[in-house]
Amino acid sequence: MIRIERRLTEARWLVVAVPAGSLLAAAFLSGIILALTGHDPIGTWARLLDRGFLAEGAMSATFVTATPLLLTGLAAAAAFRMQTWNIGAEGQLYLGAVGASGIGIALHDQSPVLIIPAMVIAGIVTGAAWAAIPGVLRAYTRTNEIITSLMLNYVAGLLMTYLIFDSHSYWRDLSTFTARVFPQGKYLSDSASWPSLGLAGIAIPFGFLLGMVAAAALWLIYSRTRFGFEARVIGDSRAAAHYAGIRTRRKIVAVMALSGALAGIGGASEIGDFRHVLDPRGLQQASFGYAGIVVAALARLNPFAVVIVAILLGGLSNAGFSLQGATFPAGLVGTLQGLILFCALAGELLVHYRIRFVRRAAPLARAPEKFGAA
Amino acid sequence: MKTPPPLGEGGVEADKPPAVTMRGITKRFPGVLANDGIDFEVLRGEIHALLGENGAGKSTLSNILTGLYRPDEGEILLHGKPVSFPAPRDAIEAGVGMVHQHFRLAASFTVAENLVLGHRDAADRGLLLEPRVVEGRIADLSRRYRMPVNPRARIWQLSVGEQQRVEILKVLYRGARILILDEPTSQLTPQEAEQLFQTLRLIAAEQRTIIFISHKLEEVMAVSNRVTVLRRGKVIGTVMTGNTNTRELARMMVGREVVFTKKKEGPAQAERQVALELRRVSANGELGTPALHDINLQVHAGEIVGVAGVAGNGQRELAEVITGLRRRTAGSVIVTGRQIRGGDPLEAIRRGVAYIPDDRLGTGVAPSLSVAENLVLKAFRRPPISTQGLLHPGRIRTNAVDLMQRFSIGASSPQVPARQLSGGNIQKVLLARELSSRPLLLVASSPTSGLDVGATDIVRGLLLETAGRGVGILLISEDLDEILALADRIAVLYDGRIRGVVERQDAHVEELGLMMAGAA
Repeated sequence: MIRIERRLTEARWLVVAVPAGSLLAAAFLSGIILALTGHDPIGTWARLLDRGFLAEGAMSATFVTATPLLLTGLAAAAAFRMQTWNIGAEGQLYLGAVGASGIGIALHDQSPVLIIPAMVIAGIVTGAAWAAIPGVLRAYTRTNEIITSLMLNYVAGLLMTYLIFDSHSYWRDLSTFTARVFPQGKYLSDSASWPSLGLAGIAIPFGFLLGMVAAAALWLIYSRTRFGFEARVIGDSRAAAHYAGIRTRRKIVAVMALSGALAGIGGASEIGDFRHVLDPRGLQQASFGYAGIVVAALARLNPFAVVIVAILLGGLSNAGFSLQGATFPAGLVGTLQGLILFCALAGELLVHYRIRFVRRAAPLARAPEKFGAA
Repeated sequence: MKTPPPLGEGGVEADKPPAVTMRGITKRFPGVLANDGIDFEVLRGEIHALLGENGAGKSTLSNILTGLYRPDEGEILLHGKPVSFPAPRDAIEAGVGMVHQHFRLAASFTVAENLVLGHRDAADRGLLLEPRVVEGRIADLSRRYRMPVNPRARIWQLSVGEQQRVEILKVLYRGARILILDEPTSQLTPQEAEQLFQTLRLIAAEQRTIIFISHKLEEVMAVSNRVTVLRRGKVIGTVMTGNTNTRELARMMVGREVVFTKKKEGPAQAERQVALELRRVSANGELGTPALHDINLQVHAGEIVGVAGVAGNGQRELAEVITGLRRRTAGSVIVTGRQIRGGDPLEAIRRGVAYIPDDRLGTGVAPSLSVAENLVLKAFRRPPISTQGLLHPGRIRTNAVDLMQRFSIGASSPQVPARQLSGGNIQKVLLARELSSRPLLLVASSPTSGLDVGATDIVRGLLLETAGRGVGILLISEDLDEILALADRIAVLYDGRIRGVVERQDAHVEELGLMMAGAA
């Protein structure tokens, strides 16, 4: 009989050993599936690694995918650290994209020095405002922010669709006949394209650099500022925060807005770094907001770990695209990616819990609290 | 120690095999030897007290006897026959029943429903309950043991004392021959406790066996036939209650002579400045219904005013109204001469109101944050801990090292999460933080509940020392002995009203007890 027990102490080596073990388990399980479907496991793995990270241009492509994951991952980490469950990074990213593309269109004839900061700020403001809605509802009417932020994702998706497909909005390109028949957004001018940093042949998008700055800022906020201290107290015990005179409502709104701002930068970078047009279908298919939750969870809400995990998941996702073809169905790619994520997240359990094999049904042996180490 | 008590006293039968024999019981938890070779014997028809401080191993031993834990070593015999309990259900079937300190009743169910919950017997035909059969049996039992309770009442409608009766009835309903009661009087008035003792004597007179777990010496003396004292997982001894006294029991329990800290008799400090004044204060409780009515109370600087009462009579609301955690609906709260707006904990903190809440781990500290961080839970806003919105980790650490030493907080490092500390050390963290803020008024709610004798003594000493420095203290406690030991004046809270304020010299336990029950 198998029991799962909470670990009394969490050993440090587990933090390294568990992810490594999870990866091995994923390799083993996917190897079985690959062998069963008539593919060469080792070869597939090698190709996955090659296309994701090693091949010519692979890292540059990985960084493009990693950029929104990094920012939505930070968005989730920022909120989750305070036990505020912002599931709405998806919608906040859409809004960031709407805001950034709107400003980009409006300032199309200005210089990059003006347009790019304006796009970043627009992304921050719209993302933050969108996240503030569930924040205010949570703080002042005790509405469950999981539900409201999730529902607002659909609203944001419909809003984008409306702007491009169902209206003659400012974002929609109506300049040519084809554009009027096949709706699409206005493309931004070249001066609205964000620069990238070339490093050893790898192009690192401006959005990713912003994300790294944001990660450092988030770490600083949570570990070194009064604001972050208050947020951590609230996250740990709302009763203790109230007792300590911390104004919990304002803080909830502020942290939600912070989280939304990060996702909003992600949306702005999708426009500035990659798409250069408000593309509702492309953004909705990518589901970066939801993937960001996975990134944050795997990174255990540590902002620096979010950077690493975003790059790994970005590469994995890119490699998946290049694997699929005539002999390698997309479904199998999804299965492989799913297995890796599943093993990684399931492994997390082992950091906090241990599995014990016992002979008979014995009651769960909990150490009594009174004996806690003094 | 093996001398059996005289026959007849409490109906004890010495010629039959003991109801419970535990031999060489050992139970280890990571880093702790909770029970170390315990030999424990209880006779039929006996009320046997199990006495010990927190952490002495009482709960572990009773959890072993009820099948919740399995011993690493040792054997258990019931009525002379060896038994083993792989699961709690096996212990129940063997006739062992436990009345927990914190009741395990479903609040929205009736008394009758709670009694049959999870229990199968003749009254239980498949999925259908036979309410009348159950109710009839409950009526029989409550008459037999003088525990009046309405079988159709829902649990949430009952007082704490009544809920406890339901717990005891539940155990008896399931045919328990051996009853274990864990700290049964912790939430009762003196009169309710006396009623409980009567019931226990009736139960014992039927040759049933009662194990009475407690750390209160007086009640052990009042109710038991014999006492077994545990200390640090070992049996220190078993004595006849008639041949011992509280002093000897205290020494066995603690391992040294205990002189409880007491306030020296002295004149009341009437000339001093008023630290706190409540004028006709009313407030609502958690459910929005009135919980405090028209409270008038004064605490002078350097004075300790005790608020006695059974939990749930407005104590929490009273503390929260003063400390700004709760809004009042009427009246005024005046701290050192100035009215406070209320409903704003930060305002109270800034006005010099310190607060030790009864919910230590959930409210008093942020459990996952480190000891160092918890020590600046209020001071983090001010220099030197923070300037311009930025924290100074070095100063947080120095502050922690300093306070940990001054208040002898037993933590291996300032970075340990607060929840890993023992109750006594968590309370020291709270006291260190609140007292180092140089308060003018301290509101302390049940500051020693759940602490062992040593920690209790330290906390009481700190409270007296603090009052000696001119801080006004409002001591809200269910422990009447504590209030009698520390307070200059005693107010009794019942049903949200102050039933009376007496000087300590004029206080009588009986009179206070009656006020606590709303009878005077």
